[in-house]
Amino acid sequence: MSAPLLLELSLLLAQGMLTLAMGLAVVRMLRGPRAQDRVLALDVLYVSGMLVLLTIGMRTGSTHFFDAALIVGMLGFVTTAALGRFLLRGEVIE
Amino acid sequence: MTLAAEPGLVVAVLASLLVLLGATVTLVGALGLLRLSSFYERVHASTMGTTLGMASVLLASMLLFSALGTRPVLRELVIIVFMTVSTPIGFVLLVRAARHRDAAVGREPEVVTTGTPGGTDRDGPDAPLE
Repeated sequence: MSAPLLLELSLLLAQGMLTLAMGLAVVRMLRGPRAQDRVLALDVLYVSGMLVLLTIGMRTGSTHFFDAALIVGMLGFVTTAALGRFLLRGEVIE
Repeated sequence: MTLAAEPGLVVAVLASLLVLLGATVTLVGALGLLRLSSFYERVHASTMGTTLGMASVLLASMLLFSALGTRPVLRELVIIVFMTVSTPIGFVLLVRAARHRDAAVGREPEVVTTGTPGGTDRDGPDAPLE
């Protein structure tokens, strides 16, 4: 098996698994049962989405997807921190 | 495959293994997020994807782009370091909020039993706000 074909198949399989992980996180986000479960599911969702972006970048050989993944990672952390603070205090900025 | 140059077989095998490891770990973490029965166990499961899964895929990306380019690509280290630092901070905030909310509705915040995968959720839905 040639190297590009092996890489292509592995990346395709990994993309499928990561997309499945995103789907499971969405199920947990819809099911709840409490608000903190939904925030946690959102965290898993954005990390899996970031990894899907990285695998797309590796498949296409483009470096633009890396920048998108960086933005997703940083905004995702801000989201989790802000929502955690909201659940704790009832407001984000006091 | 639209890569500019062809990666060598060793690089391809290593990158494939790392990507598959990362995807598997992330999938197992998401499965735990869905099947474990209390919030504190679910936090534990979901950190698999945000630590080992993330690092494996980023290392594979680093390896592949370094092999294709003329010089080592270290940009991925930015995400690795940032995620490693930020994930615990976010989860500590979230778990502190969860303990606070558990105490507010009179629930016992400690995890007392081992997980029962596939069972119904031990936590009920949110109580309506006054």
